[in-house]
Amino acid sequence: MVSEKNILVLIPAFNEEERIGEVIRGVRRCLSEATVLVVNDGSSDQTPIVSCEAGARVVSHPFNLGVGTALQTGYKYAVRHGFHYVIQLDADGQHPPSFLSDFVTKLKETEADLVIGSRFLIDKGARIPFVRRVGNRVFSRLLTILTGESLTDPTSGYRAMKRPILQFCVRDTYGFDYPDADFLLTLHRSGFRLVEIPIEVKPRRGGASQHRGLRPVYYVLKMLLSIFIILLRKKSVSKR
Amino acid sequence: MGPRLQAFVILISLIILVGIIELVRRRKLREEYSFLWLVTGFGFLLLAVAPGIVVWISRLLGTELPVNTLFFFGLIFVLLLCLYFSLRISSLANQVKNLSQKIALLEVSNDSQAP
Repeated sequence: MVSEKNILVLIPAFNEEERIGEVIRGVRRCLSEATVLVVNDGSSDQTPIVSCEAGARVVSHPFNLGVGTALQTGYKYAVRHGFHYVIQLDADGQHPPSFLSDFVTKLKETEADLVIGSRFLIDKGARIPFVRRVGNRVFSRLLTILTGESLTDPTSGYRAMKRPILQFCVRDTYGFDYPDADFLLTLHRSGFRLVEIPIEVKPRRGGASQHRGLRPVYYVLKMLLSIFIILLRKKSVSKR
Repeated sequence: MGPRLQAFVILISLIILVGIIELVRRRKLREEYSFLWLVTGFGFLLLAVAPGIVVWISRLLGTELPVNTLFFFGLIFVLLLCLYFSLRISSLANQVKNLSQKIALLEVSNDSQAP
C-alpha cells in the first residue's frame, strides 16, 4: 500500500535559491502528506533558508560533494527515518511536480523497484541540447543491449524507488558520481526491476547546469569506464 | 662514478634520510608514510656507496648504459608511488564522504530534537 506518509520526495540542490522554493511548493501541492527533503550540497547562496521557508526539511553537506553523494545522503535519511518510497527530482524546476502522481500510481500498480521518468516516451526529440541528446541515445542503446530491457532515458534524474533499492544504495559499494547508466546497469545486474513512465521536462530557467565546460567529456569517459568495470564484476543476485 | 659525484650522491642521500627523520620527529609526516621515503633514501645511499650494483644489474638486464637502468627503476618506483597515493586518496575521499554525510544527518536529527 503506497501511502503518501511513507513517501520522501528528495531534491538534491546546489545554489538553487531562485528556483527551489517554487519546486518545493509545487511538490507540496501535489503530494501534501509526503515529506520533502532537500539535500543542500554545500550551496553558498540562500538555498537552505529558502527551502526551509517553503516547508522542506533540509540536510546540509559541509561542502560540495556532488550530486551522486547528495542523493545517497537522501537515501540514508530515508532508510534511517523508515520511509518506504523515495521520489527524486531536480531542484532547477525542470521536472514538473505534476508528474509525481504518475510515479505514485506506477509504484502502486507495478512490481518494479525503480520507476524512471523518461523524456523520450512522449516526445522523441525532447528539447535537450544536441550533444546531450546524442550522448543519451548512445548510453540508452548500450544499456538496452546490456540489460535486454528498453531504457530510453538513462540520464533522467526524475525517479521513484522502493525501499529495497534504498537499502542497496546506502551501502559503501555505492560510488556513483553521476548515478545514470552505470547505476541502472548495477541495479539490473543486482536483480532489481526497472520500468519507465513518460514525463515532460521544462527548459532550465537561469542558474548553471552541472554539465558545462569539459565536464561532458569527463562524464562520457567516466561512464564508459564505470560500465566496463561493472561488467567485469560478478553479478550479485542477493539484492535484499 | 667519479669520487666527486659519489660523495655528492652520498651527501644527498644523507640529507634525504635526516630530513625525513626530522619530519617524522616534528610530526609533519606520519611514520607509516615515512617508511617508503626512508627506503628510497637508503636505496640512494646503497647505490652511491656501491655503484657496482647498478653495473651488475645492467649487465643482467642487457642495458648498455648503467644510467639507463637507474632511470628505468627510478621511473617504475615513482609510478608505483603515485599508484599507492591514488589508492590512499580514494580511500580517504570515501571516508570524508561518509563523515560529511554522517555530520549532515546528525545535524538535522539534533535540530529536530531541539525544543
